[in-house]
Amino acid sequence: MNRLNVSVSPHIHEGSSTATIMRDVLIALLPALIASVLIFGYRAALVTAVCVASCVLSEWLFEKALKRPSTIGDLSACVTGMLLAFSLPAGIPLWQAALGSVVAIIVIKQLFGGIGRNFANPAVTARIVMFLAFSGTMSAWTFPEGLFPAVNAVSSATADGMSAATSVVDGISSATPLAALSSGAAGATLPSLPDMLLGLRAGCIGETSAVALILGGVYLLARRIISWHAPAAFIGVVLALSLALGYDAPYQLLSGGLLLGAIFMATDYSTTPITKTGKLVFGAGCGLITALIRFYGSYPEGVSFAILLMNIATPYIDRGFVRKPIGGKAA
Amino acid sequence: MKRLARLKLTHNKHTAYSPPARIPTPPVVTIPMLMHIGAPAKPIVKAGDEVKVYQRIADAGGFVSSPVYSGVSGTVKSVGTARLASGQTAEAVVIETDGKQTPLPGITPPSVTSFEGFLEAVRESGVVGLGGAGFPTAVKLSIKDANRCEYVLINGAECEPYVTSDMRTMLDDGDMVWEGVLLIKRYFPRARIIIGIEDNKPECVESFRGRCETESGVEVAALRTRYPQGGEKMLIHATTGRVVPEDKLPIDAGVLVLNCTTLAVLARYIKTGVPLVEKCVTVDGPAVREPRNVISPIGTPVSALFDFCGGFVSEPKKVLFGGPMTGVAVADLDAPVMKNVNAVLAFAERDAELPAQTACIRCGRCVEICPMDLSPVQIEIAYQLGRAELLEKHKVNLCIECGNCAYVCPAHRRLVQVMKLSKPLLKKYRDEKKAAEKEASRT
Repeated sequence: MNRLNVSVSPHIHEGSSTATIMRDVLIALLPALIASVLIFGYRAALVTAVCVASCVLSEWLFEKALKRPSTIGDLSACVTGMLLAFSLPAGIPLWQAALGSVVAIIVIKQLFGGIGRNFANPAVTARIVMFLAFSGTMSAWTFPEGLFPAVNAVSSATADGMSAATSVVDGISSATPLAALSSGAAGATLPSLPDMLLGLRAGCIGETSAVALILGGVYLLARRIISWHAPAAFIGVVLALSLALGYDAPYQLLSGGLLLGAIFMATDYSTTPITKTGKLVFGAGCGLITALIRFYGSYPEGVSFAILLMNIATPYIDRGFVRKPIGGKAA
Repeated sequence: MKRLARLKLTHNKHTAYSPPARIPTPPVVTIPMLMHIGAPAKPIVKAGDEVKVYQRIADAGGFVSSPVYSGVSGTVKSVGTARLASGQTAEAVVIETDGKQTPLPGITPPSVTSFEGFLEAVRESGVVGLGGAGFPTAVKLSIKDANRCEYVLINGAECEPYVTSDMRTMLDDGDMVWEGVLLIKRYFPRARIIIGIEDNKPECVESFRGRCETESGVEVAALRTRYPQGGEKMLIHATTGRVVPEDKLPIDAGVLVLNCTTLAVLARYIKTGVPLVEKCVTVDGPAVREPRNVISPIGTPVSALFDFCGGFVSEPKKVLFGGPMTGVAVADLDAPVMKNVNAVLAFAERDAELPAQTACIRCGRCVEICPMDLSPVQIEIAYQLGRAELLEKHKVNLCIECGNCAYVCPAHRRLVQVMKLSKPLLKKYRDEKKAAEKEASRT
């Protein structure tokens, strides 16, 4: 007689999977990818491709070596690759981008147990590692040159006085608006606000186009992949502190990696709190640290550090903000 | 009032407009003695005995138990043991039917003149919670002070996909449900009676609203169609705004909840003396050729129900008692229909296997969708670590096993299984803690 399956209820499922979620995140990152190619030229696409490929390959090789089932099908390594690429300058040497990807996947994700187990955001942490290891190329900003950048390599000191970029960079080096703001140089010219919205400014590959990032964020909200809590608290606190402390709020919002970080990194599942209240606390903490670093620290930008520090605080936030069950007695 | 988390499911109520048809008497029925929560019933027939329809074949095995009656006439073939869908084994009376369906002569309604008499009648009727729980109704109604009961809720929510047997009872046997409402009104005079029906059954809402017009103290609440609206605690919250405290019963919040079919069966017993011997069962699922509602004697093998519904369009790989969210998967097609079975669903290969589990990604969807505001993700971690004190902190005992968390989990974690396995761990921890405290206070 034909045997029947038995299992514990429920016997139906909505049909989602980790891969469908990650696919939605990739879709949400597409506008920013397109914008980055239009703004920084083909090299933006090249760096992104190298990062994604290196991430997927290192995850596959690592799991192969440890005889674990491969998880590259869940697309999370692709997301990490894209997010890392988006927080790199377009002129980054490709081997450095690849190395950063290996660090992200193997050191930060897989060594801690793979997807869902890593306590720090792989893309954010790898970016910080690269920032410390390759501070020259990591702060050599190319000014937006469009699809067909100038071939002449020009190197110059960045406005915040950091080490000069080596001449591997295609295009014209330029200070990022944040660096210009931070150095307080009177002569530094800031891009106009419309340019900032569109992303026509120096900066990392995927962070400059506010319009594209917000479009992706709206998509993720509509698909219920992310909730508004962490991004709203993050951005809200940065804006509030900018206003309170006399900084130019619109520029603070649109420059640096604030939107990329708030929408795509402060909403990473593994490394941020689970409850809504926890997410608000997480976002507010990110906003506070970002503002403190931007306004008083020696680095012009603090989004990555803020997210990493709050990643570390996440288990404690989770412990402190457990939902009260309906009818539950105080334990 | 806080709005509790609910899930929107595809209803699949294909059988909503299929009035139940009586299936032909099966050649053999197997009637388990454990079709309720509590002690198994004690058989009072032996092999070779002749039985008639409505004849009592087993007495209640204790206070929390229920008598069992035969829904067929024929000869007792054996009194042996049977494996139940729940995995438990219990005694079962196997009856070879004679196809005549001769009723027991002299069936008369019980004389009910007092609350005690009413309780006695409920006990004798063999009625248990027919919504699925199978808790003996007489025990539920046996409250020391009837004045404690401020609300009696009649549960006609029927929030599970596919299942329409309660809906058909409300439509086709609505007069009997209403008789039951009037009985409740007589014996719980201080209580407000609210009939809760999901708004995807407007016919039922209308029909009972009409009856309520001439009856004070009874009203219909049309509930939003969201799963698990028919869960006891959910229904209480949706209709009264009250919350059942942890480790307490609904009556501690001043509420009694009765399923609408339960009410119809006990009203029929009090009116006519006919006990619970048959069930209206929804037969559906993607593998079934002609989904419909059927009336089947208790003890009928599910294969007979499927045969009556045209058999299968494809080979069944999973068969459920109850709806797809909380139903129990049965091991074979001989499994008998029991008192608390309201639907029998068959799924083919494609729907029978759940997707493989992957690592939890901490998306928090289980937390968002839990109607009890629990944190399934944390409970799973606590269970994996074997940390009972964390299970206590996260209140796994409050879980109603509705299945919402597992339904939305993108990693396909078997969360309900974890909940079920965690509860005994927590109970053991609590018992040991209590024993230790007792020990400490003695020294």
